[in-house]
Amino acid sequence: MTVTINYFAWLRERTGISTEDVELPEQVSTVAGLIDWLATRGEEFEVFDQHRELIQVAVDQQHQPDHGADLENAREIALFPPMTGG
Amino acid sequence: MTVIPEIRIQAEDFNLDSEVSKLTKNSNDIGAVVTFSGLCRDEKGALAALELEHYPGMAEAEIRKIAKEAIDRFNLTGMIAIHRYGKILPGENIVLVIAASPHRHAAFDGANFLMDFLKTNAPFWKKEHLKNGKEGKWVDARDSDMKAASRWEDIL
Repeated sequence: MTVTINYFAWLRERTGISTEDVELPEQVSTVAGLIDWLATRGEEFEVFDQHRELIQVAVDQQHQPDHGADLENAREIALFPPMTGG
Repeated sequence: MTVIPEIRIQAEDFNLDSEVSKLTKNSNDIGAVVTFSGLCRDEKGALAALELEHYPGMAEAEIRKIAKEAIDRFNLTGMIAIHRYGKILPGENIVLVIAASPHRHAAFDGANFLMDFLKTNAPFWKKEHLKNGKEGKWVDARDSDMKAASRWEDIL
C-alpha cells in the first residue's frame, strides 16, 4: 500500500522530511505498527522509538488517539508531537 | 437557522474591530460579543519571534469542527476564529476567537470552549526563535491545556 506521510515540527526536523510517498510493508496494518517500522528506517528515524508515547497520528486528516487504529485504505498519514497552537 | 462559523488560517494579521462588526452589522438578535485574542509574549526579553507551523487543511477542519460544536452547545448566533501561521513577533496577534449570542454567558462559554479544544486538537506547533541567536526549542504542550479541555465533560 502506498501512502503519503507528512511529518511536522520536531519530527520533520529530525527526519529531515516534510512529506514523502512510501510503500508500506504488508505487515504494517496499525498506527503502532507504522511507528515500529518507521523506527527501523535509520538513525534519523530513531526518534520514533525514543518518543513513541508522545507521537500523535492523523489518518486522512482525522486524529487517531489510539495507536491500535487500523491503517486500512489510508491515503495520507501525518505524524506530529502534541499540538501547541493558540 | 443554521449558524455557520467563519474559520480562517492565514499568515497576515487581523483587525479586531472589523471582524466584530462583520458578525454584528446585519444582526438585531446579538446581545453579547466575547472576543479572545492570543498574542506572542517575549518571554522576559528572550524571545525574538515564534514560528507557527500548521497542517494545512486539517488545521481549518479541526477548528471548524470545534466551532460547530460550540455553536450547538451554547446556541451561539455567530462565531469567527482566525489563526495565524509563519513568523510572529512579540506583541503581535496569533489567534482571534469571537463568539456572539443573545446573552453573555453563552458567548463567554463559547469562546472559552473553542480555545480549550483548539489548544489540544488543532494541528499547530510553535517554535521559539531566541534573541541571543541560539537555536530555540519547540514549545512543549502543557498538561494544564489537556485538563482545561477535559473539564468541559464535567461541566456539561
